Amino acid sequence: MKFLLIPILFMTLVLNAGAIGVDKDRLQDPEQEARAQHLMKQLRCLVCQNQSIVESDAELAQDLRAIVREQISAGKTDPEIFKFMTTRYGDWVLLKPPFNSATVILWLGPIALLLVGGFLIFRTIRRKPEQDIARPLTAAEEKHLEKIIKGDNQ
Amino acid sequence: MIAELGHYFLVLALGLAVIQAIFPMIGAAQGSARMMMLGQPAAYGQFFFSLLAFLALTYSYLISDFSVAVIARNSHSLKPLLYKISGVWGNHEGSLLFWVMFLALFGAMVAYFGRGLPKSLRARVLSVQAMVGIGFYLFMLLTSNPFDRLADVPFEGNGLNPLLQDPGLVFHPPFLYLGYVGLSVVFSFAIAALIEGRVDPAWARWVRPWTLLAWVFLTIGIVLGSWWAYYELGWGGWWAWDPVENASFMPWLVATALLHSAIVVEKRDTLKSWTILLAIIAFSFSLLGTFIVRSGIITSVHAFATDPERGLYILVFLALVIGGSLLLFAIRSDKLQAGGLFAPISRESGLMINNLFLSVATAVVLYGTMHPLLSDAFFGVKSSVGAPFFNLVFSLLMIPLVVTMVYGPHLKWKRADIKGINQRLMAVTGIALLAGLMTFYATYGGAIMPAVWIGIGVWLLLSSLQELSNRIKLFQVPFKDSMSRLRRQPRSSWGMTLGHFGFAVGLLGIVGTSAWTIEAQKVMGLGEDMTIGDYRLTLKDVIPVAGPNYTAVRGIISVSPKNAEENGKSFMAYPETRTYVSSPITTTEGDVKTTMAGDLFVVIGESQGQGRWGIRAYYKPMQVWFWIGTTIVVLGGLISLSDRRYRIGTPQRQKASRKVKHAP
Repeated sequence: MKFLLIPILFMTLVLNAGAIGVDKDRLQDPEQEARAQHLMKQLRCLVCQNQSIVESDAELAQDLRAIVREQISAGKTDPEIFKFMTTRYGDWVLLKPPFNSATVILWLGPIALLLVGGFLIFRTIRRKPEQDIARPLTAAEEKHLEKIIKGDNQ
Repeated sequence: MIAELGHYFLVLALGLAVIQAIFPMIGAAQGSARMMMLGQPAAYGQFFFSLLAFLALTYSYLISDFSVAVIARNSHSLKPLLYKISGVWGNHEGSLLFWVMFLALFGAMVAYFGRGLPKSLRARVLSVQAMVGIGFYLFMLLTSNPFDRLADVPFEGNGLNPLLQDPGLVFHPPFLYLGYVGLSVVFSFAIAALIEGRVDPAWARWVRPWTLLAWVFLTIGIVLGSWWAYYELGWGGWWAWDPVENASFMPWLVATALLHSAIVVEKRDTLKSWTILLAIIAFSFSLLGTFIVRSGIITSVHAFATDPERGLYILVFLALVIGGSLLLFAIRSDKLQAGGLFAPISRESGLMINNLFLSVATAVVLYGTMHPLLSDAFFGVKSSVGAPFFNLVFSLLMIPLVVTMVYGPHLKWKRADIKGINQRLMAVTGIALLAGLMTFYATYGGAIMPAVWIGIGVWLLLSSLQELSNRIKLFQVPFKDSMSRLRRQPRSSWGMTLGHFGFAVGLLGIVGTSAWTIEAQKVMGLGEDMTIGDYRLTLKDVIPVAGPNYTAVRGIISVSPKNAEENGKSFMAYPETRTYVSSPITTTEGDVKTTMAGDLFVVIGESQGQGRWGIRAYYKPMQVWFWIGTTIVVLGGLISLSDRRYRIGTPQRQKASRKVKHAP
């Protein structure tokens, strides 16, 4: 029966909308707050479906937002903050996964595909003229041509 | 009684689909005209009965017949009429019925308008179309019957998720479905062509309008979904790279590639097997979008375990359709001989490069969506792939694509002169560079990519206009002659110009809103204010409001320029938070004030006690450009669709050209 409760329309899986909360602990310095926002967009709300912690009112997201702001005001750098998050929650918390053995395909796949596709296009463009122009007539075609030249192509 | 009739009609439609699938196919193989002829009446009949079944379900929704299980689960007697109707397709079972009804309709349209097609081709197309239909009918009748009754009839229904009670969402799913189903016709043509072993320009001319139609529907569906997310979810976002969004984006990307590669088949009789492959892939993604998203497998494999019967059916069906057609492709595609020759710099090459980047983009979305699942399954590593990844990869991949879009339309078939094009584009390129540099200067210290993208967007925008002006020889011949040339432009070329121009406009909107959105939030009491960008928001009052099936809290907020001495009009914003009667969910109705420069988006949150309220505001530069751009793209598609060339070669020609003449 749980199957039937699965959200009704396409986009509903995204949703965790509800009353919208407001962070009371925003950083005073607008530049720091902007940096916090930028970082928070890259951190996953771990209890939500594919939402960053900026977009969720789940308690965990609120806590994580507070942590990000705390660390920024403590003078931590971006990599340090990401490190702190991944040691706690693993790479799962990063919405942009780091490059490692498990994400080789993800990061290098597009480049490999472009190379392969580019090669195929290159071959298609290069190959054709030789093939199509240089093909000699078959015996039957020769005969047919001869007939036409002689003028009795009926 | 009506529900039983609906069930009965569904079975009848299945029966006719079986006839439509078997006899025309055998007839085409044996050259039996009588057997092939069976295809048309079967297609009409199948549509007739599936329509009746659909109407039966709609009727049951309208009278709120809660003895029907689907209706009890998803509807509510107090629901406004619009949402009772949209409720018909707003759930698993009903959406399948909607799907198959349009599948049958499109089949009937092929039967009717396809009188000019070679008989065997039409017979085979109808047969394939019916085979897909059988899969859907059986799926519904065996596992997801929309007409199932309940033994204990509830007094009231569960109601529709309030979030979905929004006009944007009434039309979002049906348009997506129409797009998916439209691609089924393209698929049927591709399979029929593989069986015939023949693809020629006439085939492409038949397939193009169907691709275009499906593509227009998909575009509308996706944009409506974004629009809904933007207005309804209260975060000011409109695209989250969520698996379900990606599932609708992939068929769109492939359909876009197909649209372009079919031009090459039509004009130059080459790139055939690639086009066939794209048609198969496009429809495969449609099926994935329909089934897999609903079954929830992308978010969790465990969704299958909760209903193994449906899950198994879906897997088998997908394997048969996708695997079977790819196998057929592998066996038969070498029958398709390549035609025309072309030089490395030519329209053909441009379109191939377009296809390359669109295909890689599709692969990125597919793999990015699947990666968390695969990583968990094969490496035991939980992993997330979200917006930051997709935004990065896409913004890199799209640069060469847009460059191709700048040059492509200027390229001639067979052999083009790149130097000449560069010369013609000199002024346009200069302005684009200037726009990029100015953006860089204005946002100095910020990220560089947005400035690059503004430059590229302006470049595409102007080059598409330049291409049009070249075609009508603006300023080269007397202005009046240019205007008459303009009027004589075929509609399909208008489609291209508008499509690319609208894409550029939308692209600029995407850049603006994703690069420079600002956000502010504050807990405010009455009379307090906060600033965002150049605006000052003052909370004047908060009042309760009663709607038809909800109650709401409405904020009355006055918006004025940030600096009081600046002149500029003040206006009011009325954001709401709604609580629905039938379910505990609340929704936010943000108030959006739109200008060409940007949207001011105001949302009211929950009460913080003591007469204080959380207020959140976003300023989203150029957001409206995205909506305008996509509207232009859709218009371009519709205009192109009305091109009379698509009717040539069919018995409809006479009638059609007369119609065009009479049109104002």
